[in-house]
Amino acid sequence: MDFSFLPPELLRMILSILLVVTVVFANAIFMVYAERKVAGHVQRRFGPYEVGWHGVLQPFVDALKLMGKELVVPRNASPFLFRFAPVLAFTPVVIPFLVFPFAEKLTVLDLDIGLVLILAISSINIMAILVAGWSSNNKYGLFGAMRSVAQDISYEIPILLSLLSVALITNSFNLRTIVQAQIGGVWFCLLQPVAFIIYFIAAVAETNRAPFDLPESESELTAGFHTEYSGMGFGLFYLGEYTNMFIACSVAAAVFLGGWSGLPLPADAWTGVIWYFLKVYLLMFIMLWIRWTYPRVRFDQLMNLSWKYLIPFSLLNLIITAVVVKLT
Amino acid sequence: MSNYFSNIFHTTKSLFTGLGVTIREMFRKPVTVQYPREVIPVSPHFRGPLELLKKEEGGFRCIACENCARNCPSSCLTVVSRRSEESKKKVLVSFTQDFTRCSLCGICVEVCPASALAYSSTDVYLAGFTREEFLLDLIARANKGEGP
Repeated sequence: MDFSFLPPELLRMILSILLVVTVVFANAIFMVYAERKVAGHVQRRFGPYEVGWHGVLQPFVDALKLMGKELVVPRNASPFLFRFAPVLAFTPVVIPFLVFPFAEKLTVLDLDIGLVLILAISSINIMAILVAGWSSNNKYGLFGAMRSVAQDISYEIPILLSLLSVALITNSFNLRTIVQAQIGGVWFCLLQPVAFIIYFIAAVAETNRAPFDLPESESELTAGFHTEYSGMGFGLFYLGEYTNMFIACSVAAAVFLGGWSGLPLPADAWTGVIWYFLKVYLLMFIMLWIRWTYPRVRFDQLMNLSWKYLIPFSLLNLIITAVVVKLT
Repeated sequence: MSNYFSNIFHTTKSLFTGLGVTIREMFRKPVTVQYPREVIPVSPHFRGPLELLKKEEGGFRCIACENCARNCPSSCLTVVSRRSEESKKKVLVSFTQDFTRCSLCGICVEVCPASALAYSSTDVYLAGFTREEFLLDLIARANKGEGP
């Protein structure tokens, strides 16, 4: 077929949106499988094993099952908000993919405020959780939602402060510029180890992953904010969670681990994406590993960690960075 | 203040210890058994339904003394015998166990003077759809094991 009648910019947009949506879904499918396999092997089980070779088809049949189920709206729930919340959890997470520097020539939008955009958009997730918990007219849902808001607000600060110290060094919020600055010198995880560690801890909390999974703590709140959700509504929350994990790890890979840089490959400008994904999934694996190692923290411990440890250290780190940048 | 920093140190150390434990376990062989395809060998001490043992030259060891039936606290054993015409000895006619009532206490096995009873350790899949399936005819079960 001949697409030359279309403006090239439109064609590029359609292609990149298709690619981005594909990555989002493929990532969710892969992570469902990886999570269950890692969980299994950490507990010395096999994990999914029956559907397909070593259970590789399990996420697909799970998705089919979820799609086949009815989304039950509880009585006295707010029907519009109840249906809207999963969509709100899932749709905005696609946007940060537009600014990720997957490889030197593989960025959808070369935005100067990329980092700010990602942070702004990924905060919408909190809204989705709040709307879901509130609209489902369930005490557990509401508790989960409230905890989530308190948690995400307190962990947003260390994330911002730790990323800000990198932005001070590179003097830019553009992710491509940040990656290129690392290719010239050292990766920022060596230059800013404290910021990297703080960012990663806060990112685990920000994506509501165990040991900070208080919004859905299943032992206290049945399932927290998605207690009342069934079928694909529940599925979309999971899709959103895994995509948020990808976003958090992707930012870490770009800002601290040198993005697409790595050992030289043929056609570097395009194949750098391999290194990028390798780094992202390494960080994702560490997130899974953390989840299946630690028990859930208590709520006061969660707040202590953020306000008494992460924020002071990231502030100190930021000040030292600012002074050093000013002096040199 | 020194408490604050030692807290950080000890917490970090113990967190890494935990991560070390899980990563080690992750690369070890899983301990679960994939049930329909793999089965665990049954322990020789497994207490299944009773089993009538045979003499080496053939025939049951049971002398039909009914000690087991009399001592059974759940009264779940029924031994039927008749007196042989020529040898004047008791001959076993039927030996049934009502497994729905058996508490697997093992008194029957202990009191048997001829050591003719044992627990079967082969039949561990004790499930059925009717009560009658658990009225076990031990003679038939023992003979079935010999094969055609």
